[in-house]
Amino acid sequence: MSIVGKKIANEAANETANAIECRGVGKIWNADTAKPFVALRDIDLAVAPGEFVVLLGPSGCGKSTLLYLLAGLESPTSGELLSEGVPITGTSPQRGMIFQEASLFPWLNIRDNVAYGLALQGIDKARRDEAAMALLSRVGLQDFWSKRPSELSGGMRQRAAMARALAMQPKVLMMDEPFAALDIQTRAKMQDYLLDLWRESGASMLLVTHSIEEAIGLADRIVVFTARPGRVKTIVPVALPRPRNPRDPAFHALQDRLAELLADEVDRAFAEQEAVR
Amino acid sequence: MSVIEIGTTVRPSAPAPLRPPAALSVLMRRFMQWGQRVLWALASIGIVIGVWEYAAWAGWADPLLMPAPHVFLGNWHEQLRFFDMANTIGSAGEGGSWLAVLSVVAWTSMRVFVGLALGFVLSVAVGLLIRYNTLFGKLTLPAVTMFAPISPVAWLPVAVFLFGIGDKPAIFMVFIAIFFVMVIATLAQIDEVPRAYIQVARIMGASKRQVFRTVILPAILPGLFVTLRINLFAAWMVVLVAEAAGVGSGLGQIVMMARNTFNASLVFFTMTLIGLTGFLFDQALRLVQQRMLWWADNHTAGRGA
Repeated sequence: MSIVGKKIANEAANETANAIECRGVGKIWNADTAKPFVALRDIDLAVAPGEFVVLLGPSGCGKSTLLYLLAGLESPTSGELLSEGVPITGTSPQRGMIFQEASLFPWLNIRDNVAYGLALQGIDKARRDEAAMALLSRVGLQDFWSKRPSELSGGMRQRAAMARALAMQPKVLMMDEPFAALDIQTRAKMQDYLLDLWRESGASMLLVTHSIEEAIGLADRIVVFTARPGRVKTIVPVALPRPRNPRDPAFHALQDRLAELLADEVDRAFAEQEAVR
Repeated sequence: MSVIEIGTTVRPSAPAPLRPPAALSVLMRRFMQWGQRVLWALASIGIVIGVWEYAAWAGWADPLLMPAPHVFLGNWHEQLRFFDMANTIGSAGEGGSWLAVLSVVAWTSMRVFVGLALGFVLSVAVGLLIRYNTLFGKLTLPAVTMFAPISPVAWLPVAVFLFGIGDKPAIFMVFIAIFFVMVIATLAQIDEVPRAYIQVARIMGASKRQVFRTVILPAILPGLFVTLRINLFAAWMVVLVAEAAGVGSGLGQIVMMARNTFNASLVFFTMTLIGLTGFLFDQALRLVQQRMLWWADNHTAGRGA
């Protein structure tokens, strides 16, 4: 296809394109060795612009692997990954990622951590500091801008990491169990922050968790994964109005249904782990 | 687990108020801490001097071979003439002032400093190259690992063959003493950089060079500085050997001359100078470490040691 033709095709794709699309994606770790490890198989998934999708599944089912593939940090063994209709070939600031540990740089203060991506783009210091401070006040950290990461609590660090990712104005924000290391009270607060940021930014969200409550609290759709190798078992839409109340009977019903769906997979994952020993 | 309370948007509670700037009391506390450190240091040295003086007084130590501290420090005016401003070979006896002593100390320190600086920069550069250029790494690493365990003293003849007599062989010796060790420390540090740091940078759009400059380098520097401080003492030992053998000036040369002329007082006087200067070097490096690598005390300092 000529360059012009390709460009037109891309633009045409953009109009109706999903923020993220996976077509038959598979990933085998150590594929060319004696001990290949099938992490993902035949993943078909589409995320609409501005949609909040949660990937739910037993630990070790390859949910995180899918995020790494979508981020462009790893490439799939089979299948195709698209971002707005364009194949994903590498990392992009358009697809931000937040890790389980905040992974802020210890040698930068909080403001400079948030401004890091802007500095890479060559934006001058005054402007990026201003942008960073605006983002920090959105996550309630404006008074802590001069602190180093080690001086903040786990929840504050994770909020700073959110601000850092949002500084790039991503179209898709991926999160790999971002609140797993936090206590329950902090978690609940963090989820509220996340929903606020999601509404304000309009980005698509793709969050990995193994907590059913977290999934129902946040998601438009919940993608339930099977145990390894990870496949999409089913996709559960969450039609509850926000803010969602965990005491709502509908919330409970959904919780029961997801628990049932997960139970088999958790059993299988557990049996497999035991067998490995 | 409660996820979201109905109808309320939970906002963060007001940020904790920062402590009032009690600069004066902070200054006082620092001064007290510093004073305590000095007192302990004095006590530590005091014990050594006390035992030594007692041994001399009791007649256990031969005053000719092991003169007591009050002797070799007391007759400093006799020692000064061995220190020479000129920093040239064989011109002892023309000095005779504390300025000359300082000049000798400064020349030796310069050799240590230049050797350390060269060794640090080049070893970090080579370490980075080994990790980032596979071919270079495969070709270099075995040789580096083979050279690393060779004692710097074994390099002394090489230093003299290559550089003759003067500052260069001494600088070369200091360089050799830290170079291979620091290359290996650099590799260890690079391998310990958390993957998530690099992934974050890549996702934000950092080029390979930017990852390098903005992530790898700041992440490995604190550990390397610790390694440098540890090897500082090795550098001091080596520079004295080099000066005694190949340079013909500096503190090492004076110790050697004192040995040859059987001047025990001069030996211990010079040893005192060496100890003090080495101590000051360590303090200076520590200061640089605290200023430049302020984040490290909770994280990477102490690693790679």
